Amino acid sequence: MKSKRSITTRKWTDRLVRAFSALAVALAVLTMLWIIGTVIAYGHHALRPSFLINPSRPYGIANGGIANALLGTIAITFGAAAIAVPPALLGGIYLSEYKDNRAITSVLRFSATVMMGMPSVIIGLFVYMIMVVPSGHFSGLAGSVALAIIMYPVIMRSTEDMLGMVPYTLRESALALGMTRTRTTLRIICFAARKGLLTGVLLALARVSGETAPLLFTALFADSWPTNYFGGPTANMPVLITEYATNSPFAEMHQSGWGAALVVMMLVLTINIATRLLFRGQNDGH
Amino acid sequence: MATKISARNLSFFYGSHQALFDNCLDIEERRVTAVIGPSGCGKSTHLRIYNRIFELYRDQRASGELLIDGVNILTPQIDVLELRRKVGMIFQKPTPFPMSVFDNIAYALKLHFKLPRKELQQRVEQALRAASLWDEVKDKLKSSGLALSGGQQQRLCIARAIAVEPEILLMDEPTSAIDPVATLKIEELMLDLKEKYTIVVVTHNMQQAARVSDNTAFFFQGHIIEDGPTARIFTNPKQKKTEEYITGRFG
Repeated sequence: MKSKRSITTRKWTDRLVRAFSALAVALAVLTMLWIIGTVIAYGHHALRPSFLINPSRPYGIANGGIANALLGTIAITFGAAAIAVPPALLGGIYLSEYKDNRAITSVLRFSATVMMGMPSVIIGLFVYMIMVVPSGHFSGLAGSVALAIIMYPVIMRSTEDMLGMVPYTLRESALALGMTRTRTTLRIICFAARKGLLTGVLLALARVSGETAPLLFTALFADSWPTNYFGGPTANMPVLITEYATNSPFAEMHQSGWGAALVVMMLVLTINIATRLLFRGQNDGH
Repeated sequence: MATKISARNLSFFYGSHQALFDNCLDIEERRVTAVIGPSGCGKSTHLRIYNRIFELYRDQRASGELLIDGVNILTPQIDVLELRRKVGMIFQKPTPFPMSVFDNIAYALKLHFKLPRKELQQRVEQALRAASLWDEVKDKLKSSGLALSGGQQQRLCIARAIAVEPEILLMDEPTSAIDPVATLKIEELMLDLKEKYTIVVVTHNMQQAARVSDNTAFFFQGHIIEDGPTARIFTNPKQKKTEEYITGRFG
């Protein structure tokens, strides 16, 4: 049998491909562990109670912290959620439930995909032009608007996907009882998919809570408590990290920057893990 | 025996594809009518016209007349919400809502009736009793409907459907996703329920059709080939196709 290929070669090719794929996955995981390890190594020195309680202070004044930036980030992120979540959920409901016009739906879906790929720096510039320039000042609100624009398409698409996982028979059985379309959607379908919807929102929150570029143009930063969310520069973690860890010539500030990075990383990891646990409990989707 | 439902030259289209051709069928009140035929013959499609559930899909269309108590329900003047209260439907896969056993039924009730709390509870119990489920769930009314077994879930769906006081129950292969013991319970239930309701059941299982139905309609490729009393259809079919199908020569 001349034409027969060597079994040994075929087996080895098979093993090789398998080994390289495994290696590629390991590389991704290792990179993540490396990042986490680096941030912990450089950041853990900074983690003292005063670091978490005190506001940031200009260089030279002792005992500066990150509390104002932490609060500012929370305000900006939740502000963004308040702006983006309700309409993004409705948009996702439309894409999933009202397929009246396939052409329109597919254009909308494509636009959302384009928006998801839009560089965040451009969104920051855009909000700078439409909000910061006309009003004459930076503000936390402008930061929220920029983050809301980033979250919007992400939540819309995740909502569409999650509702799409609810079996069609559940819609039919609700309608067959004499339920209206709206009630079926809001009370039965969204309720059945509630954990998935919440997961989508939380992941979007985790994603934008570390966004830096858009905040440089909008919220900027301030060494004060974030009391002027609507009318002035507002402290936040990503910009603090950028400024301290890279733009400052002073070692203490580098250390604070790394400490802040560690705090942000832990927050985002916590949200991701919490989401994971939440979604694992999903059992209503039939 | 009075005729409850009457299909007159009923045709159905999925887009440009015609799935039913001039179906004519009379369904007797308070009897079980079985709809049988090979896969894809249009049994379910036919049933799904009775409560206009097909209208959920934009490209589906029915023509002809479907009379319920002499009124054509395919006209735009008919209120589908009220039509669907009167014409309940049970699906192949049990579809409890993601809420408690009690709320599954209470929610359906509250859609159509304003009831004081006390009466609501009574009506839920009545419905669960009528679906022979009460004894099994009376201690877990608060737990999720999805925690019940498949057969219990299906009876919960039946309870939910009959809670809103329908006149007709459509069952689209109600036991095909359920084990034999649970199937038997649902068949017994159907025999109880026909005292009050007109039942139309689509089934793949010819023994089931023979056990539970009074009348049978045989569908083939979108046409109703033959219909009549189940005993006659199964022992003395007039059409060759019917005979071939019930003797298992195809389908």
